[in-house]
Amino acid sequence: MSVAGTHACLETVYRTEARRVLATLIRLLGGFDAAEEALHEAFAAAAEQWPRQGLPANPYSWLVSAGRFRTIDCWRREARLAGTLPELLALSEQTAEPITPEDIADDELRLIFVCCHPALAPDARIALTLREVGGLTTEEIARAYLTPAPTIAQRIVRAKARIRDEDIPYEVPDRGELPARLESALQVIYLIFNEGYAATQGPSLTRADLCAEAIRLGRLVVDLLDQPEAHGLLALMLLHEARRATRVDANGDLVLLEDQDRSLWDRGLIGEANGLIGRALASRQVGPYILQAAIASIHAEAARTADTDWTRIVELYDELVALAPSPVVELNRAVAVAMATGPAEALRIVDGLDMAGTHLVPTVRGELLTRLGRYDEARAELELAARLCTNERERSVLLGKARRLG
Amino acid sequence: MRYACLIYYHPQTLFGGSPQANAALAECAGYDEVLKASGHFVTGEALVLPEEAMTLQVRDGKMSAVDGPFMETKEVLGGIIVIEARDLNEAVRVASGHPLATIGHIEVRPVVDFSQPRPVL
Repeated sequence: MSVAGTHACLETVYRTEARRVLATLIRLLGGFDAAEEALHEAFAAAAEQWPRQGLPANPYSWLVSAGRFRTIDCWRREARLAGTLPELLALSEQTAEPITPEDIADDELRLIFVCCHPALAPDARIALTLREVGGLTTEEIARAYLTPAPTIAQRIVRAKARIRDEDIPYEVPDRGELPARLESALQVIYLIFNEGYAATQGPSLTRADLCAEAIRLGRLVVDLLDQPEAHGLLALMLLHEARRATRVDANGDLVLLEDQDRSLWDRGLIGEANGLIGRALASRQVGPYILQAAIASIHAEAARTADTDWTRIVELYDELVALAPSPVVELNRAVAVAMATGPAEALRIVDGLDMAGTHLVPTVRGELLTRLGRYDEARAELELAARLCTNERERSVLLGKARRLG
Repeated sequence: MRYACLIYYHPQTLFGGSPQANAALAECAGYDEVLKASGHFVTGEALVLPEEAMTLQVRDGKMSAVDGPFMETKEVLGGIIVIEARDLNEAVRVASGHPLATIGHIEVRPVVDFSQPRPVL
Protein backbone atom coordinates (compact mmCIF):
# COMPACT_ATOMS: atom_id res chain seq x y z
CA MET A 1 0.00 0.00 0.00
CA SER A 2 1.33 3.48 -0.83
CA VAL A 3 2.14 5.89 2.00
CA ALA A 4 -0.68 8.22 0.93
CA GLY A 5 -3.06 5.26 0.61
CA THR A 6 -2.23 4.02 4.09
CA HIS A 7 -2.68 7.50 5.48
CA ALA A 8 -6.12 7.89 3.90
CA CYS A 9 -7.06 4.39 5.04
CA LEU A 10 -5.97 5.16 8.63
CA GLU A 11 -8.05 8.35 8.57
CA THR A 12 -11.10 6.36 7.50
CA VAL A 13 -10.53 3.69 10.12
CA TYR A 14 -10.06 6.41 12.75
CA ARG A 15 -13.41 7.97 11.84
CA THR A 16 -15.31 4.69 11.82
CA GLU A 17 -13.57 2.69 14.56
CA ALA A 18 -11.84 5.02 17.06
CA ARG A 19 -14.88 5.65 19.29
CA ARG A 20 -15.84 1.99 19.42
CA VAL A 21 -12.25 0.98 20.18
CA LEU A 22 -12.15 3.62 22.94
CA ALA A 23 -15.44 2.36 24.42
CA THR A 24 -14.00 -1.16 24.69
CA LEU A 25 -10.60 -0.01 25.98
CA ILE A 26 -12.25 1.96 28.81
CA ARG A 27 -13.87 -1.29 29.97
CA LEU A 28 -10.67 -3.33 29.58
CA LEU A 29 -8.31 -0.79 31.16
CA GLY A 30 -10.67 0.69 33.74
CA GLY A 31 -10.47 4.41 32.96
CA PHE A 32 -10.65 7.18 30.36
CA ASP A 33 -7.03 8.36 30.58
CA ALA A 34 -5.47 4.93 30.19
CA ALA A 35 -7.91 4.12 27.36
CA GLU A 36 -7.20 7.34 25.48
CA GLU A 37 -3.46 6.79 25.72
CA ALA A 38 -3.95 3.19 24.58
CA LEU A 39 -6.09 4.35 21.64
CA HIS A 40 -3.34 6.74 20.62
CA GLU A 41 -0.72 3.99 20.94
CA ALA A 42 -2.86 1.59 18.93
CA PHE A 43 -3.14 4.01 16.00
CA ALA A 44 0.58 4.80 16.23
CA ALA A 45 1.25 1.04 15.97
CA ALA A 46 -1.17 0.80 13.02
CA ALA A 47 0.61 3.63 11.20
CA GLU A 48 3.85 1.74 11.63
CA GLN A 49 2.71 -1.81 10.85
CA TRP A 50 -0.20 -1.63 8.38
CA PRO A 51 1.89 -0.28 5.46
CA ARG A 52 4.14 -3.35 5.75
CA GLN A 53 1.66 -6.03 6.79
CA GLY A 54 -1.46 -4.76 5.05
CA LEU A 55 -4.81 -3.84 6.54
CA PRO A 56 -5.94 -6.41 9.16
CA ALA A 57 -9.15 -8.35 8.47
CA ASN A 58 -10.79 -6.80 11.53
CA PRO A 59 -9.28 -3.36 12.30
CA TYR A 60 -11.41 -2.97 15.45
CA SER A 61 -10.06 -6.16 17.08
CA TRP A 62 -6.53 -5.41 15.94
CA LEU A 63 -6.65 -1.91 17.48
CA VAL A 64 -8.23 -3.09 20.75
CA SER A 65 -5.62 -5.78 21.25
CA ALA A 66 -2.73 -3.49 20.20
CA GLY A 67 -3.87 -0.75 22.60
CA ARG A 68 -4.46 -3.17 25.44
CA PHE A 69 -1.17 -5.02 24.89
CA ARG A 70 0.92 -1.84 24.82
CA THR A 71 -0.69 -0.42 27.95
CA ILE A 72 -0.36 -3.60 29.96
CA ASP A 73 3.23 -3.96 28.77
CA CYS A 74 3.96 -0.42 29.97
CA TRP A 75 2.21 -1.06 33.32
CA ARG A 76 4.19 -4.28 33.67
CA ARG A 77 7.46 -2.39 33.32
CA GLU A 78 6.33 0.15 35.92
CA ALA A 79 5.04 -2.61 38.22
CA ARG A 80 8.32 -4.48 38.02
CA LEU A 81 9.99 -1.33 39.34
CA ALA A 82 7.36 -0.90 42.06
CA GLY A 83 7.13 -4.61 42.92
CA THR A 84 3.39 -5.01 42.25
CA LEU A 85 3.65 -7.43 39.34
CA PRO A 86 1.28 -10.20 40.53
CA GLU A 87 -1.84 -7.97 40.49
CA LEU A 88 -1.06 -6.92 36.96
CA LEU A 89 -0.61 -10.44 35.72
CA ALA A 90 -4.17 -11.08 36.86
CA LEU A 91 -5.39 -8.11 34.80
CA SER A 92 -3.58 -9.18 31.66
CA GLU A 93 -4.98 -12.73 31.82
CA GLN A 94 -8.66 -11.81 31.80
CA THR A 95 -10.88 -10.91 28.81
CA ALA A 96 -8.91 -12.80 26.20
CA GLU A 97 -12.15 -14.22 24.74
CA PRO A 98 -13.18 -13.05 21.24
CA ILE A 99 -15.28 -9.92 21.00
CA THR A 100 -18.72 -10.22 19.39
CA PRO A 101 -20.69 -7.39 17.73
CA GLU A 102 -22.99 -7.44 20.78
CA ASP A 103 -20.02 -6.79 23.06
CA ILE A 104 -18.96 -3.81 20.96
CA ALA A 105 -22.50 -2.37 21.02
CA ASP A 106 -22.68 -2.89 24.79
CA ASP A 107 -19.45 -0.97 25.24
CA GLU A 108 -20.79 1.97 23.21
CA LEU A 109 -23.96 1.96 25.30
CA ARG A 110 -21.93 1.87 28.54
CA LEU A 111 -19.98 4.88 27.31
CA ILE A 112 -23.18 6.84 26.58
CA PHE A 113 -24.60 6.07 30.02
CA VAL A 114 -21.37 7.09 31.79
CA CYS A 115 -21.08 10.35 29.83
CA CYS A 116 -24.75 11.20 30.56
CA HIS A 117 -24.60 10.22 34.24
CA PRO A 118 -26.83 12.43 36.44
CA ALA A 119 -23.92 12.97 38.88
CA LEU A 120 -22.23 15.13 36.21
CA ALA A 121 -23.20 18.77 35.58
CA PRO A 122 -25.56 19.10 32.57
CA ASP A 123 -23.01 21.15 30.56
CA ALA A 124 -20.36 18.55 31.28
CA ARG A 125 -22.60 15.68 30.11
CA ILE A 126 -23.03 17.36 26.74
CA ALA A 127 -19.33 18.13 26.25
CA LEU A 128 -18.25 14.68 27.38
CA THR A 129 -20.81 12.88 25.19
CA LEU A 130 -19.83 14.89 22.11
CA ARG A 131 -16.13 14.23 22.63
CA GLU A 132 -16.07 10.63 23.87
CA VAL A 133 -19.08 9.15 22.04
CA GLY A 134 -19.28 11.57 19.11
CA GLY A 135 -15.56 11.84 18.47
CA LEU A 136 -15.60 15.64 18.14
CA THR A 137 -12.47 17.46 19.26
CA THR A 138 -12.60 19.91 22.16
CA GLU A 139 -12.08 22.75 19.67
CA GLU A 140 -14.99 21.59 17.46
CA ILE A 141 -17.34 21.46 20.46
CA ALA A 142 -16.15 24.94 21.50
CA ARG A 143 -16.90 26.34 18.02
CA ALA A 144 -20.34 24.74 17.91
CA TYR A 145 -21.26 26.17 21.33
CA LEU A 146 -19.49 29.52 20.79
CA THR A 147 -17.58 28.87 24.01
CA PRO A 148 -13.81 29.24 24.55
CA ALA A 149 -11.99 25.89 24.10
CA PRO A 150 -10.40 26.01 27.60
CA THR A 151 -13.90 26.24 29.15
CA ILE A 152 -15.00 23.09 27.32
CA ALA A 153 -11.67 21.37 28.12
CA GLN A 154 -12.13 22.20 31.81
CA ARG A 155 -15.65 20.72 31.85
CA ILE A 156 -14.31 17.51 30.34
CA VAL A 157 -11.37 17.30 32.76
CA ARG A 158 -13.67 17.85 35.77
CA ALA A 159 -16.27 15.38 34.56
CA LYS A 160 -13.65 12.67 34.13
CA ALA A 161 -12.24 13.39 37.59
CA ARG A 162 -15.76 13.04 38.97
CA ILE A 163 -16.33 9.72 37.21
CA ARG A 164 -13.04 8.47 38.69
CA ASP A 165 -13.54 9.89 42.20
CA GLU A 166 -17.12 8.67 42.54
CA ASP A 167 -16.33 5.30 40.98
CA ILE A 168 -19.21 5.67 38.54
CA PRO A 169 -19.50 2.13 37.15
CA TYR A 170 -18.94 1.45 33.45
CA GLU A 171 -22.14 -0.44 32.79
CA VAL A 172 -25.59 -0.30 31.26
CA PRO A 173 -27.93 0.45 34.19
CA ASP A 174 -30.09 -2.43 35.40
CA ARG A 175 -33.85 -2.55 35.00
CA GLY A 176 -34.61 -0.59 38.18
CA GLU A 177 -32.26 2.27 37.36
CA LEU A 178 -32.81 2.30 33.60
CA PRO A 179 -35.80 4.68 33.27
CA ALA A 180 -34.12 7.58 35.12
CA ARG A 181 -30.73 7.00 33.49
CA LEU A 182 -32.28 6.68 30.03
CA GLU A 183 -34.15 9.94 30.60
CA SER A 184 -30.86 11.69 31.33
CA ALA A 185 -29.20 10.19 28.22
CA LEU A 186 -32.14 11.11 25.97
CA GLN A 187 -32.16 14.63 27.40
CA VAL A 188 -28.45 15.08 26.55
CA ILE A 189 -29.09 13.86 23.00
CA TYR A 190 -32.09 16.18 22.58
CA LEU A 191 -30.14 19.17 23.95
CA ILE A 192 -27.38 18.49 21.42
CA PHE A 193 -30.01 18.32 18.66
CA ASN A 194 -31.72 21.53 19.78
CA GLU A 195 -28.42 23.39 19.96
CA GLY A 196 -27.85 22.41 16.33
CA TYR A 197 -31.42 23.22 15.30
CA ALA A 198 -31.93 26.54 17.07
CA ALA A 199 -31.45 29.46 14.73
CA THR A 200 -29.00 31.34 16.88
CA GLN A 201 -25.71 32.68 15.55
CA GLY A 202 -22.68 30.60 14.68
CA PRO A 203 -21.29 28.77 11.68
CA SER A 204 -24.15 26.84 10.11
CA LEU A 205 -21.97 23.87 9.16
CA THR A 206 -20.96 22.87 12.69
CA ARG A 207 -24.57 23.37 13.78
CA ALA A 208 -25.89 20.93 11.17
CA ASP A 209 -23.18 18.52 12.35
CA LEU A 210 -24.61 18.66 15.89
CA CYS A 211 -28.03 17.60 14.55
CA ALA A 212 -26.48 14.78 12.55
CA GLU A 213 -24.54 13.59 15.59
CA ALA A 214 -27.63 13.73 17.84
CA ILE A 215 -29.56 11.66 15.29
CA ARG A 216 -26.68 9.16 15.08
CA LEU A 217 -26.69 8.84 18.90
CA GLY A 218 -30.47 8.50 18.88
CA ARG A 219 -30.23 5.66 16.34
CA LEU A 220 -27.52 3.99 18.40
CA VAL A 221 -29.70 3.98 21.51
CA VAL A 222 -32.72 2.74 19.53
CA ASP A 223 -30.66 -0.09 18.00
CA LEU A 224 -29.33 -1.18 21.37
CA LEU A 225 -32.29 -0.65 23.69
CA ASP A 226 -35.86 -1.43 22.73
CA GLN A 227 -37.31 1.46 24.75
CA PRO A 228 -40.38 3.39 23.51
CA GLU A 229 -39.10 6.80 24.63
CA ALA A 230 -35.85 6.26 22.69
CA HIS A 231 -37.97 5.57 19.61
CA GLY A 232 -40.01 8.67 20.39
CA LEU A 233 -36.96 10.93 20.65
CA LEU A 234 -35.45 9.62 17.41
CA ALA A 235 -38.78 10.13 15.62
CA LEU A 236 -39.08 13.68 17.01
CA MET A 237 -35.57 14.58 15.81
CA LEU A 238 -36.18 13.05 12.37
CA LEU A 239 -39.40 15.05 11.96
CA HIS A 240 -37.62 18.31 12.80
CA GLU A 241 -34.76 17.34 10.51
CA ALA A 242 -37.22 16.64 7.66
CA ARG A 243 -38.26 20.32 7.76
CA ARG A 244 -34.77 21.81 8.17
CA ALA A 245 -34.41 23.16 4.63
CA THR A 246 -37.71 25.07 4.79
CA ARG A 247 -37.25 26.56 8.26
CA VAL A 248 -35.16 29.54 7.25
CA ASP A 249 -35.55 31.71 4.14
CA ALA A 250 -32.80 32.99 1.81
CA ASN A 251 -32.12 35.90 4.22
CA GLY A 252 -31.70 33.55 7.16
CA ASP A 253 -35.05 34.60 8.69
CA LEU A 254 -37.23 32.06 10.45
CA VAL A 255 -40.21 30.79 8.44
CA LEU A 256 -43.28 29.84 10.51
CA LEU A 257 -44.66 26.32 10.18
CA GLU A 258 -47.77 27.50 8.32
CA ASP A 259 -45.65 29.37 5.74
CA GLN A 260 -43.14 26.58 5.02
CA ASP A 261 -43.03 24.96 1.58
CA ARG A 262 -44.34 21.51 2.49
CA SER A 263 -43.35 20.02 -0.85
CA LEU A 264 -39.71 20.35 0.26
CA TRP A 265 -40.13 18.34 3.47
CA ASP A 266 -38.10 15.12 3.45
CA ARG A 267 -40.70 12.36 2.99
CA GLY A 268 -38.14 9.61 3.63
CA LEU A 269 -37.35 10.91 7.12
CA ILE A 270 -41.05 11.49 7.86
CA GLY A 271 -41.83 7.89 6.85
CA GLU A 272 -39.08 6.53 9.08
CA ALA A 273 -40.32 8.65 12.00
CA ASN A 274 -43.90 7.45 11.53
CA GLY A 275 -42.72 3.84 11.67
CA LEU A 276 -40.95 4.53 14.98
CA ILE A 277 -43.99 6.32 16.41
CA GLY A 278 -46.26 3.44 15.43
CA ARG A 279 -44.05 0.94 17.24
CA ALA A 280 -43.70 3.19 20.30
CA LEU A 281 -47.45 3.82 20.57
CA ALA A 282 -48.12 0.09 20.20
CA SER A 283 -45.98 -0.52 23.31
CA ARG A 284 -48.61 1.33 25.39
CA GLN A 285 -45.77 2.96 27.38
CA VAL A 286 -46.42 6.49 26.24
CA GLY A 287 -43.89 9.14 27.29
CA PRO A 288 -43.29 12.83 26.54
CA TYR A 289 -40.99 12.23 23.52
CA ILE A 290 -43.48 9.90 21.82
CA LEU A 291 -46.30 12.41 22.33
CA GLN A 292 -44.23 15.31 20.97
CA ALA A 293 -43.22 13.15 18.01
CA ALA A 294 -46.85 12.18 17.39
CA ILE A 295 -47.83 15.87 17.37
CA ALA A 296 -44.99 16.73 14.96
CA SER A 297 -46.04 13.81 12.78
CA ILE A 298 -49.60 15.17 12.39
CA HIS A 299 -48.14 18.48 11.18
CA ALA A 300 -45.87 16.58 8.80
CA GLU A 301 -48.77 14.58 7.37
CA ALA A 302 -50.99 17.59 6.61
CA ALA A 303 -50.65 18.72 2.98
CA ARG A 304 -51.71 22.25 3.98
CA THR A 305 -52.04 24.01 7.37
CA ALA A 306 -55.83 23.98 6.92
CA ASP A 307 -55.77 20.16 6.58
CA THR A 308 -54.11 19.69 9.98
CA ASP A 309 -56.01 17.41 12.37
CA TRP A 310 -56.11 19.96 15.20
CA THR A 311 -58.57 17.95 17.29
CA ARG A 312 -56.12 15.02 17.43
CA ILE A 313 -53.29 17.45 18.28
CA VAL A 314 -55.32 18.85 21.21
CA GLU A 315 -55.90 15.28 22.47
CA LEU A 316 -52.15 14.57 22.34
CA TYR A 317 -51.44 17.83 24.18
CA ASP A 318 -53.98 16.81 26.84
CA GLU A 319 -51.95 13.62 27.39
CA LEU A 320 -48.68 15.57 27.39
CA VAL A 321 -50.02 18.08 29.95
CA ALA A 322 -51.12 15.18 32.19
CA LEU A 323 -47.73 13.44 31.86
CA ALA A 324 -45.26 16.34 31.89
CA PRO A 325 -47.07 19.53 32.86
CA SER A 326 -45.27 22.78 32.04
CA PRO A 327 -46.47 26.29 31.13
CA VAL A 328 -44.83 26.01 27.68
CA VAL A 329 -46.76 22.81 26.92
CA GLU A 330 -50.01 24.45 28.15
CA LEU A 331 -49.37 27.43 25.90
CA ASN A 332 -48.79 25.17 22.88
CA ARG A 333 -51.98 23.33 23.77
CA ALA A 334 -53.81 26.69 23.80
CA VAL A 335 -52.55 27.41 20.26
CA ALA A 336 -53.92 24.01 19.12
CA VAL A 337 -57.23 24.73 20.86
CA ALA A 338 -57.47 28.04 18.99
CA MET A 339 -57.18 26.11 15.72
CA ALA A 340 -59.51 23.27 16.73
CA THR A 341 -62.22 25.18 18.63
CA GLY A 342 -61.63 28.88 18.33
CA PRO A 343 -59.61 31.83 19.73
CA ALA A 344 -62.03 32.70 22.58
CA GLU A 345 -61.62 29.29 24.24
CA ALA A 346 -57.82 29.48 23.76
CA LEU A 347 -57.66 32.96 25.31
CA ARG A 348 -59.31 31.64 28.49
CA ILE A 349 -56.55 28.99 28.79
CA VAL A 350 -53.77 31.53 28.17
CA ASP A 351 -55.21 33.92 30.78
CA GLY A 352 -54.83 31.18 33.39
CA LEU A 353 -51.12 30.66 32.71
CA ASP A 354 -48.43 31.91 35.05
CA MET A 355 -45.59 32.81 32.70
CA ALA A 356 -44.61 36.38 33.54
CA GLY A 357 -41.48 37.85 31.98
CA THR A 358 -41.30 35.91 28.71
CA HIS A 359 -42.47 37.15 25.31
CA LEU A 360 -44.32 33.87 24.63
CA VAL A 361 -47.64 34.68 26.36
CA PRO A 362 -48.08 38.20 24.90
CA THR A 363 -47.11 36.82 21.46
CA VAL A 364 -49.88 34.22 21.60
CA ARG A 365 -52.36 36.69 23.17
CA GLY A 366 -51.59 39.14 20.37
CA GLU A 367 -52.41 36.49 17.74
CA LEU A 368 -55.61 35.39 19.49
CA LEU A 369 -56.87 38.97 20.05
CA THR A 370 -56.15 39.74 16.37
CA ARG A 371 -58.32 36.79 15.33
CA LEU A 372 -61.06 38.03 17.68
CA GLY A 373 -60.92 41.47 16.01
CA ARG A 374 -59.81 43.21 19.22
CA TYR A 375 -57.02 45.09 17.37
CA ASP A 376 -56.07 47.73 20.00
CA GLU A 377 -55.53 45.11 22.69
CA ALA A 378 -53.70 42.88 20.17
CA ARG A 379 -51.32 45.70 19.20
CA ALA A 380 -50.49 46.39 22.86
CA GLU A 381 -49.73 42.68 23.44
CA LEU A 382 -47.49 42.42 20.36
CA GLU A 383 -45.58 45.53 21.41
CA LEU A 384 -45.13 44.10 24.90
CA ALA A 385 -43.89 40.83 23.36
CA ALA A 386 -41.39 42.77 21.21
CA ARG A 387 -40.02 44.49 24.33
CA LEU A 388 -39.56 41.14 26.14
CA CYS A 389 -38.12 39.30 23.14
CA THR A 390 -34.30 38.89 23.04
CA ASN A 391 -33.97 37.66 19.45
CA GLU A 392 -33.63 40.57 16.99
CA ARG A 393 -35.29 38.78 14.07
CA GLU A 394 -38.27 37.66 16.12
CA ARG A 395 -38.64 41.17 17.51
CA SER A 396 -38.84 42.73 14.06
CA VAL A 397 -41.50 40.18 13.04
CA LEU A 398 -43.57 41.09 16.14
CA LEU A 399 -43.27 44.85 15.53
CA GLY A 400 -44.24 44.33 11.87
CA LYS A 401 -47.43 42.54 12.93
CA ALA A 402 -48.24 45.28 15.46
CA ARG A 403 -47.82 47.98 12.77
CA ARG A 404 -50.11 46.17 10.34
CA LEU A 405 -52.91 46.42 12.93
CA GLY A 406 -52.86 50.20 12.32
CA MET B 1 -2.92 20.13 16.08
CA ARG B 2 0.24 21.36 17.76
CA TYR B 3 0.39 22.67 21.29
CA ALA B 4 3.26 24.35 23.15
CA CYS B 5 3.61 23.22 26.75
CA LEU B 6 5.28 26.02 28.68
CA ILE B 7 6.78 24.74 31.89
CA TYR B 8 7.04 27.17 34.80
CA TYR B 9 8.62 26.56 38.20
CA HIS B 10 10.07 28.35 41.23
CA PRO B 11 13.88 27.98 40.94
CA GLN B 12 14.08 27.80 44.75
CA THR B 13 11.66 24.88 44.84
CA LEU B 14 13.09 22.97 41.89
CA PHE B 15 16.76 23.37 42.76
CA GLY B 16 16.33 23.53 46.54
CA GLY B 17 17.41 19.92 47.02
CA SER B 18 14.17 18.35 48.24
CA PRO B 19 13.90 14.62 47.46
CA GLN B 20 10.67 15.18 45.48
CA ALA B 21 12.27 17.90 43.32
CA ASN B 22 15.41 15.84 42.77
CA ALA B 23 13.34 12.86 41.69
CA ALA B 24 11.38 15.02 39.21
CA LEU B 25 14.62 16.47 37.83
CA ALA B 26 16.08 13.00 37.39
CA GLU B 27 13.04 11.96 35.32
CA CYS B 28 13.02 15.12 33.18
CA ALA B 29 15.92 14.18 30.94
CA GLY B 30 14.17 10.99 29.83
CA TYR B 31 10.70 12.42 29.33
CA ASP B 32 11.36 13.57 25.76
CA GLU B 33 11.99 9.90 24.93
CA VAL B 34 8.65 8.91 26.42
CA LEU B 35 6.91 11.53 24.26
CA LYS B 36 8.88 10.41 21.19
CA ALA B 37 7.89 6.79 21.77
CA SER B 38 4.21 7.72 22.01
CA GLY B 39 4.44 9.89 18.88
CA HIS B 40 3.42 13.16 20.58
CA PHE B 41 6.84 14.85 20.55
CA VAL B 42 7.57 17.60 18.01
CA THR B 43 10.37 19.55 19.67
CA GLY B 44 11.41 20.75 23.07
CA GLU B 45 14.14 22.45 25.03
CA ALA B 46 14.82 23.10 28.69
CA LEU B 47 15.90 26.67 29.47
CA VAL B 48 18.76 27.97 31.60
CA LEU B 49 17.64 30.30 34.42
CA PRO B 50 16.67 33.83 33.29
CA GLU B 51 19.76 35.42 34.89
CA GLU B 52 21.63 34.18 31.82
CA ALA B 53 19.17 35.80 29.38
CA MET B 54 19.09 39.07 27.49
CA THR B 55 15.99 41.04 26.53
CA LEU B 56 16.09 43.20 23.43
CA GLN B 57 13.89 45.55 21.51
CA VAL B 58 14.12 47.51 18.27
CA ARG B 59 12.47 50.96 18.16
CA ASP B 60 12.95 53.51 15.34
CA GLY B 61 15.45 51.14 13.76
CA LYS B 62 17.66 51.08 16.87
CA MET B 63 18.24 47.98 18.90
CA SER B 64 18.65 48.18 22.64
CA ALA B 65 19.23 45.25 24.94
CA VAL B 66 19.21 44.72 28.67
CA ASP B 67 20.17 41.74 30.74
CA GLY B 68 17.55 39.84 32.50
CA PRO B 69 14.46 39.77 32.71
CA PHE B 70 15.31 40.58 36.36
CA MET B 71 11.78 40.32 37.43
CA GLU B 72 10.68 39.85 40.99
CA THR B 73 8.55 36.97 39.78
CA LYS B 74 8.90 33.81 41.72
CA GLU B 75 8.03 31.43 38.88
CA VAL B 76 10.15 31.40 35.74
CA LEU B 77 9.69 29.85 32.33
CA GLY B 78 11.92 26.82 32.48
CA GLY B 79 11.20 24.83 29.35
CA ILE B 80 9.14 24.50 26.22
CA ILE B 81 7.85 21.30 24.64
CA VAL B 82 5.84 21.31 21.43
CA ILE B 83 3.56 18.31 21.06
CA GLU B 84 1.15 16.97 18.47
CA ALA B 85 -2.27 16.10 19.91
CA ARG B 86 -5.79 15.51 18.62
CA ASP B 87 -7.30 18.30 20.71
CA LEU B 88 -6.83 20.49 23.78
CA ASN B 89 -7.94 17.75 26.18
CA GLU B 90 -5.45 15.27 24.74
CA ALA B 91 -2.68 17.91 24.97
CA VAL B 92 -3.57 18.53 28.62
CA ARG B 93 -3.53 14.81 29.35
CA VAL B 94 -0.12 14.38 27.68
CA ALA B 95 1.36 17.42 29.46
CA SER B 96 0.05 16.16 32.80
CA GLY B 97 2.51 13.27 32.53
CA HIS B 98 5.54 15.60 32.59
CA PRO B 99 7.61 15.19 35.77
CA LEU B 100 7.66 18.95 36.44
CA ALA B 101 3.84 19.06 36.51
CA THR B 102 4.21 17.81 40.10
CA ILE B 103 6.57 20.69 41.05
CA GLY B 104 5.60 23.69 38.92
CA HIS B 105 2.86 24.58 36.40
CA ILE B 106 2.44 23.79 32.74
CA GLU B 107 0.62 26.16 30.40
CA VAL B 108 -0.75 24.43 27.31
CA ARG B 109 -1.05 26.87 24.39
CA PRO B 110 -2.31 25.99 20.90
CA VAL B 111 0.26 26.86 18.23
CA VAL B 112 -0.97 29.50 15.74
CA ASP B 113 -2.47 28.21 12.51
CA PHE B 114 -1.66 31.00 10.04
CA SER B 115 -4.42 29.87 7.68
CA GLN B 116 -6.94 31.07 10.29
CA PRO B 117 -7.99 34.72 10.69
CA ARG B 118 -6.10 36.85 13.21
CA PRO B 119 -7.72 37.47 16.57
CA VAL B 120 -9.94 40.57 16.70
CA LEU B 121 -9.44 42.52 19.92
